[in-house]
Amino acid sequence: MSDLVRTEDLKKYFPVTKGLFSKVVGYVKAVDRVTLSIKKGETFGLVGESGSGKTTFGRTILRLIEPTSGRIYFENTDITNLKGKALRSIRRKMQIVFQDPYASLHPRKKVKDIVGEPLIVHNICKKNEVENYVKDILVKVGLDPKDIYKYPHEFSGGQRQRIAIARALILNPSFIVLDEPTSSLDVSVQARILNLLNLLKKKFGLTYLLITHDIAVVDYMSDRIGVMYLGRIIEIADKRELLNNPLHPYTKMLLSSVPVPDPKIAKSRKRMIPMGEIPSPLNPPPGCHFHPRCPYAMDICKRKVPHLINVGNLHEVACWLYEKK
Amino acid sequence: MKPLLEIRNLRLRFHTLRGDLDALFGVNLKIYPGEVLALVGESGSGKTITALSILRLLDPTAEITDGEIIFEGKDLLKLSNDEIIDVRGKEISIIFQEPRSSLNPVMKVGDQLIESLMAHTKISRDEAYEIALKLLSRVGLPDPKRIMNSYPHELSGGMAQRVMIAMALILRPKLLIADEPTTALDVTIQAQILALIKELVREYGISVLFITHNLAVAAEIADRIAVMYAGNVVEVGYVDDIFEEPKHPYTIGLLRSIPKPGYEGELYSMKGEIPSLLKMPPGCHFHPRCPYTIEICKSKAPPMIKIDGNHEVACWLFMEGEV
Repeated sequence: MSDLVRTEDLKKYFPVTKGLFSKVVGYVKAVDRVTLSIKKGETFGLVGESGSGKTTFGRTILRLIEPTSGRIYFENTDITNLKGKALRSIRRKMQIVFQDPYASLHPRKKVKDIVGEPLIVHNICKKNEVENYVKDILVKVGLDPKDIYKYPHEFSGGQRQRIAIARALILNPSFIVLDEPTSSLDVSVQARILNLLNLLKKKFGLTYLLITHDIAVVDYMSDRIGVMYLGRIIEIADKRELLNNPLHPYTKMLLSSVPVPDPKIAKSRKRMIPMGEIPSPLNPPPGCHFHPRCPYAMDICKRKVPHLINVGNLHEVACWLYEKK
Repeated sequence: MKPLLEIRNLRLRFHTLRGDLDALFGVNLKIYPGEVLALVGESGSGKTITALSILRLLDPTAEITDGEIIFEGKDLLKLSNDEIIDVRGKEISIIFQEPRSSLNPVMKVGDQLIESLMAHTKISRDEAYEIALKLLSRVGLPDPKRIMNSYPHELSGGMAQRVMIAMALILRPKLLIADEPTTALDVTIQAQILALIKELVREYGISVLFITHNLAVAAEIADRIAVMYAGNVVEVGYVDDIFEEPKHPYTIGLLRSIPKPGYEGELYSMKGEIPSLLKMPPGCHFHPRCPYTIEICKSKAPPMIKIDGNHEVACWLFMEGEV
């Protein structure tokens, strides 16, 4: 399969300023040298806890946030420095759905204007055709085309998320970043949105980057999974391989922290109760960021950053334990 | 065994500008000494207002119209204001989802702990300091002396929740109400807090009413589970029974909609949506969404029916004999 999106050494550093003249006193390395490829037609799940940089990564590859350095490729075109018309035309093909459908929809606009606006921005159709396009897409996401003149507050959380999905879909994109698309929804509603996303993916041949902290969701949806910790990708593998055979101590700790909806397993399984807390991204530990919480930390972990190495089975891990001596 | 707390037929109504809205329709719950009872349900099911009713921390627009909440022989709903203040913290304490917003932001953590001790017991400040310090180290906070001297904003979410737990336990209450205590935390921190709560239950023998929307969290922590739907408790039972042999069609639907490890097919989804308080269906509130609705469901609310000793369900399908 060919790559749809690829990053090389992508960095996004946010400056931390202090004082009257905004002197830069340090950087938060939200995305730190991430090299990653997302294949055409797959759902790539990016997991990590708060502050790991997963959201910043998703926004940077869409050029919603300017990268500090590194390269971003979309369909083998370098889009890192695209501007103006060229950027706009590539943006048609990449869209995003946000976590909170209560915040991501304009409260004083009607569904027709929210979902139809991209058509006007990109000059896809005449103003009098917008309504038909919008009705058509509403049906595809499971909403009633009669709702076109309603406002967001007239819908439930799940329906609002459908509106957000309709807006992302209307330009017929090939790539959608799903940033915690079901985190603010109840489980019974979550089930429907996940089903819808899978259905749309098949129907329109979409590729997803699914950003989430919910392992159950990423397990259900993804083909491959990447794990982030403090700005770095620390492990990537096919879904089953990663979940059944996690290698990085952080991935192991993360997976064993996830509560399972089965009391028998919950009581019988051996758990690794995590040590410590995620350090401040302002001042992360040197070497491997995970070493202060790692039960297997060695001397080298404190000094040198481990790089992703392939350990076979297309399984990559950034940990000195797996480096060949 | 006698329950530590028993809620009987609790009914609650909100007075709003758009008229009166019923929100609890006769909730029954028992919490036994030393157990963790998880109250699960989706948003708007009434979990939190049930918990707040126990301590009478409700908003002034809410009115309890019927029912009793019996705690150690007394009805909490009949206590005077002074008497209920005495119960809070000392007998029953509560922790919330957002620990940092439950702490006073302009007061040092240590002073907040000492204040609650000194308000309820006759001890000196030095003694109170020692007790607070010990408890902070017991809840797993490194360097408790520094924490005593910190302001809430200097703590991480996980640390703040540990402080809240210490504060909730400092007067040695018999019941701890935990309202989504790990929802705002990362999953590794959630695992730590759940493990801590389990340890403290064993060590102090307290009971916990654990409110959560997350069935997996309930499976990890609870001895028994009560499922709420649209203002009613629809099923109660031991955690294993609820997960292995759920009876109420809503519980079944809820369990089937969670993605399970390794499952790839389409997820089960219940039809319809959670009803709004403005348009509560008559009879069993779940009947418009239920795949097994019979005639009586549409007109009459089902009573709690015993399946076996400890498993109860509010569903007409389990009524024996003529309905």
